[in-house]
Amino acid sequence: MIPAPEIDLVSLAPVLVLSVFTMLVLLMDLFIGKNKSGLVFISLTGLLLTAVSSFAKTDWPVRSFGGSYVVDHLSVFFTMVFCISSALAILISIEYNRREKIRVGEYYSLILFCTVGMIILASSTDLIMIFLGIEIVSLCLYVLAGIRRGDVRSSEAALKYFLLGAFATGFLLYGMALLYGTTGTTKLAGIAEAISSGQMSSQPLVLMGMVLLVLGFGFKVAAVPFHMWTPDVYQGAPTPVTAFMAVGPKAAAFAAFFRVFTEAMPELASSWDMILSIIAVITMFVGNLGAIVQTNIKRLLAYSSISHAGYLLIAIIARNSLGGSALVFYMLVYTFMIFGAFGIVILIGREGKENLELEDYSGLGFQSPLLALSMSIFLLSLGGLPPLAGFIAKFYIFQAALNEGYVILVVLAVLNSAISFYYYLRVIVYMYMKEPQGEFQITLTPITLLVIVISVLVTVELGLFPGPVLSLAQP
Amino acid sequence: MVPLTHYLILSATLFSIGVLGVLVRRNAIVVFMCIEIMLNAVNITLIAFDRYLNQHDGQIFSFMVICVAGAEVSVGLAIVIALFRNKPTVNLDELNLMKW
Repeated sequence: MIPAPEIDLVSLAPVLVLSVFTMLVLLMDLFIGKNKSGLVFISLTGLLLTAVSSFAKTDWPVRSFGGSYVVDHLSVFFTMVFCISSALAILISIEYNRREKIRVGEYYSLILFCTVGMIILASSTDLIMIFLGIEIVSLCLYVLAGIRRGDVRSSEAALKYFLLGAFATGFLLYGMALLYGTTGTTKLAGIAEAISSGQMSSQPLVLMGMVLLVLGFGFKVAAVPFHMWTPDVYQGAPTPVTAFMAVGPKAAAFAAFFRVFTEAMPELASSWDMILSIIAVITMFVGNLGAIVQTNIKRLLAYSSISHAGYLLIAIIARNSLGGSALVFYMLVYTFMIFGAFGIVILIGREGKENLELEDYSGLGFQSPLLALSMSIFLLSLGGLPPLAGFIAKFYIFQAALNEGYVILVVLAVLNSAISFYYYLRVIVYMYMKEPQGEFQITLTPITLLVIVISVLVTVELGLFPGPVLSLAQP
Repeated sequence: MVPLTHYLILSATLFSIGVLGVLVRRNAIVVFMCIEIMLNAVNITLIAFDRYLNQHDGQIFSFMVICVAGAEVSVGLAIVIALFRNKPTVNLDELNLMKW
């Protein structure tokens, strides 16, 4: 007889609220006819209430369900990041979907279901829950990547993402199974205890499980050498979905990555910090050098997101509380930079012609100076130019690593930041120093513009006054 | 009773067969089946450990894996069909619109 676990629904509040709203969106879709914009309001209300309800428990950390679910600083802050990123994703989708004739109501519910998965992923401290969270997120993303059913590229991206994603899930699961088998528990705290007291049945199997987990998580966060899917999927998926994929699910995977390695395997740090350091360094180099040769803006941003995964890995390697808060702060800043940049990519395109080549950006600086200026702000912030928010975010990650004495790693990361300016500046050169190729027909759609304006303001604001938000991110 | 090692060797072998299949075969459906072999190899590992440790967590875990594998099949085959309607092929080498 298995004893019934203690059920604490209040700490699950954000997940429950969002699930209810998601199903509401799914149901309403049947009744509201061809125009799907009503669903947007329900979705955004749901996300707002989710953000509010994540403060239902305030005496952090609250552990519930026998220690498999936790509400703490990290999870609440990540829930905020997820709500913001999903709301921005929905906002930039509205006009894009109208233009590209994506008339499916499931689109919004899939984004919300994905958000539910992300919240579970960031809050669980049990291997089973982490696995379920990852799968909820991934399954929604496979469908979202292929949501343009009539488009070969979109379907191709979905199939590639699906096959490689399921492949990586296999490795992740095998790693989890080995960890469970050797330590006798699926709880992260229990695993840490078994490892530190030497109660595991076999050291080599634990190490093998750890390596397989690195492989599985490495795929989900798009770290080299498991990054092969990223450029293709980012290019083929609809642009708002690409932006969403680059931010929310990646943040969720990093949250789980951070939790599993710092909470379950701190004793094995001497073995995994070497592996992760090597992966972080090659991820940064491959991402940045790969981006230099790209001519498609979505592929360029895909490689840039690979290199950002490299910087974020450094926060995990640092494995201190500063690393955790640097991670969430980085993800928050990254959300706004990416959605701003992709918002502009959406605006540049028009019906039937998405204008995704760098050539299409020639002369943008003369035609619509403000749009070009915003794009420059996002790109320079992604590169890490002070005083923009990207600089502060990078600075805190490097600070966390320096505190633990990873000097070489930080030097290599700073070097990579310098390399990354080459390709960010290349886009800016196209915008300001080349003659326009043809007439721009930019329709400034209001909601997408709103997202861009918000993103510019936050990117500058968090760069100049990061204090208040940073203090929230610190435990 | 068959010792634990035998089960682990069986599941490791199945897992390797799955991995090899994914890497070598070029038919999307076959690749997909190989992934299922990998997941079921993991199930064997979980159940074997579970029996050996005399616990329940592994059984619950393997149920979850079966559920997720089912959901993955439905999504995966739907994606294959969606692609097939646009481009009548299931050969992965022909999916080269974007650089692989």
